[in-house]
Amino acid sequence: MCLGIPGQLVTLDGTNPHLAVAEVSGVRRTVNIGLLEDERLQPGDWVLIHVGFAMSKIDEKEAERALAGLRLMGRAYEDELESMKASLEGS
Amino acid sequence: MRFVDEYRDPVPARSLLSLITELAGGDAFKFMEVCGGHTHTIYRHGIEHLLPESVELVHGPGCPVCVIPMGRVDDAISLAERPGVIFTSFGDMMRVPGSRANLLAAKAGGADVRFVYSPLDALRIATENPDREVVFFAVGFETTAPSTALTLLQARAREVANFSVFCNHVTIIPPIKAILDSPDFRLDGFLGPGHVSTVIGQRPYRFVPARYRKPLVTAGFEPLDILQAIAMLLAQIREGRCEVENQYSRVVRDEGNPRALAVLAQVFELRPHFEWRGLGFISQSALRLRDDFAGFDAERRYELPGVRVADPKACQCGEVLKGVIKPWQCKVFGTACTPEHPIGTCMVSSEGACAAYYNFGRMHREAAVAIGSKA
Repeated sequence: MCLGIPGQLVTLDGTNPHLAVAEVSGVRRTVNIGLLEDERLQPGDWVLIHVGFAMSKIDEKEAERALAGLRLMGRAYEDELESMKASLEGS
Repeated sequence: MRFVDEYRDPVPARSLLSLITELAGGDAFKFMEVCGGHTHTIYRHGIEHLLPESVELVHGPGCPVCVIPMGRVDDAISLAERPGVIFTSFGDMMRVPGSRANLLAAKAGGADVRFVYSPLDALRIATENPDREVVFFAVGFETTAPSTALTLLQARAREVANFSVFCNHVTIIPPIKAILDSPDFRLDGFLGPGHVSTVIGQRPYRFVPARYRKPLVTAGFEPLDILQAIAMLLAQIREGRCEVENQYSRVVRDEGNPRALAVLAQVFELRPHFEWRGLGFISQSALRLRDDFAGFDAERRYELPGVRVADPKACQCGEVLKGVIKPWQCKVFGTACTPEHPIGTCMVSSEGACAAYYNFGRMHREAAVAIGSKA
């Protein structure tokens, strides 16, 4: 729950400026980007996602570092991804 | 130095370790890593055993699952067991023990407990089940609290009347202050939490050097981040400086995320007191919903037992959370208390010091003992 997971924005929602589709470790899900309104996010940008909300904008290099670090965490990261996928199934 | 080879980039790790050794000289230093994510990295990579003997890391209270007291888990279970309620929670909280059971046991006993990835999932469940009452078990520091706040704003805007939040959000500054104020404790500085700081920024930590004359360096989550932050703490001490510094500036900004802070202030207010597992009551250390959101506040909507329950006698999570003892020094560690059957919260979350040590750290420690390195 505390893990920040890097995701890359794929599309912005044309009707709701607070929503975007991000790709996270090969999975696409809608994330809320309302807290980064001032960053003027664009498709292709990387963000750190906590519980479905983008909390900070990061660059690609940082995204790679963070992902490599998360993979080393093993189960904690897998659990987080699993719960994210499970939450998609319900949507 | 054998563990260094595990790092993706061993060269900077070696040079940082030489720098740390040089800066530490013959003196002893004790630094606290506040955040459970850091504890996880430290145990996962055996960092304690790479450091010179004179530099000791102690674990802090920054694991939100670990600090929820038993009475609050009992309250959560009583909400979950109410007829008609769908109780939603992050997966991390499902196995946290209350005085009689945990949420998984409540679910097995027939309560409708569902684990969710995001508070927005809980809100969606509420809109899909208008004839049921949906309660979200909100936990976490400033990292997750803005998400709960935005979800509540959505719930209010969309008038989702069957949704409420059982709020257990906590704030990071008061426990740091409580630790600094505890008379029996000697610390030379702090590794500041990474993700919490993306929200609150660096300013709230200024009292640590200003009032307590201790340096604080906000750190990232990779082994190299931790080593660099330790070197920065030692450099401050050696140069006679005492400041808040930011090792994780590639993610953390000094001003934090002003929008997240504004949302927090709009939805939440500080509770006068909140009980932390092992640390006792800490003033103004947790959030509750403002009166404007009373209708979404599970504590006002439902009757809760609200009974304070003492931690189990055998469990020493409190000492672990204050950094007074190491996980393996607890009487029940690895015997009565394991990740499969946790007694204390520190053994539940993967960011809890005991679980991280159980899963990773002890192997490093055993290996270090075997090769005659620092144990």
